[in-house]
Amino acid sequence: MTKDMTKTTEKTPAETPETTTGGSVYRPLTDIVETADGVSLTLEMPGVAADDVDITLEKRVLTIRGKVHPTQPETLQLAYAEYGEGDFERAFTLSDDFDPDKIGASVKNGLLTVTLPRAAEAQPKKIAVMAQ
Amino acid sequence: MYYPTYTRRSDPFGLMRSMMRDFDRFTPATTAQAVFPAVNVWQGDEAVAVTAELPGVGPEDIDISVQNNVLTLSGERKPPQVPEDGRWHRNERGYGKFSRAIRLPFAATDDKVEARMTNGVLRVVVGRPEEDKPKKIKIQAA
Repeated sequence: MTKDMTKTTEKTPAETPETTTGGSVYRPLTDIVETADGVSLTLEMPGVAADDVDITLEKRVLTIRGKVHPTQPETLQLAYAEYGEGDFERAFTLSDDFDPDKIGASVKNGLLTVTLPRAAEAQPKKIAVMAQ
Repeated sequence: MYYPTYTRRSDPFGLMRSMMRDFDRFTPATTAQAVFPAVNVWQGDEAVAVTAELPGVGPEDIDISVQNNVLTLSGERKPPQVPEDGRWHRNERGYGKFSRAIRLPFAATDDKVEARMTNGVLRVVVGRPEEDKPKKIKIQAA
């Protein structure tokens, strides 16, 4: 195996306090798109199953945590590492006009999608103009 | 960007941190030249395993091939599906075609390669052929 280092896409550590277990916490890369009915977030969380995602909304702060079960193949030793494994965590501050009861989330292939629909009263109302 | 005068002496790096945060928002977090995906290689007496994080890539979009002692992972990260009226706030994830070749310490045969994908983490286990395994040599009593 070569000793040259290959420059790979690096994971950024999350801006969180240290963990007691000594493991790293990473900041998942996120795409945020605003659509007609709300905001949709897509977070990269490889190694996180749907049951291990924890999403909380407290005082407008949406915190997303994902627990990773490390993939340690049995009887094999790590010979060369380009990425580290660790939990994911990232928090976003939301504006007031989201409906907290309608936040939806799904996980597919290590990709978490969170949909934040805007509250009904915050959606623009179209006023029809009557022809006389 | 306007930074009010920082009078809080207790946090001398506060201004710098808030500036760095603003820079983060305007510069893309990913670098285009970097190799994707990052791989970890695991070794043992019986096999070699290669793991890679491929979030958002389905098993049908990954191509794994072995030729002699080179394992190639290739595929495509599909661009995100955004509705017509969608407006981007942040775009940190990358997409496009990728290909990565990893040299193995031995020549592998196709029937000894096993790949599995769980939650966006790919794991390829390549078994070591019998003839390549280290042989234990017995010392004969004279």
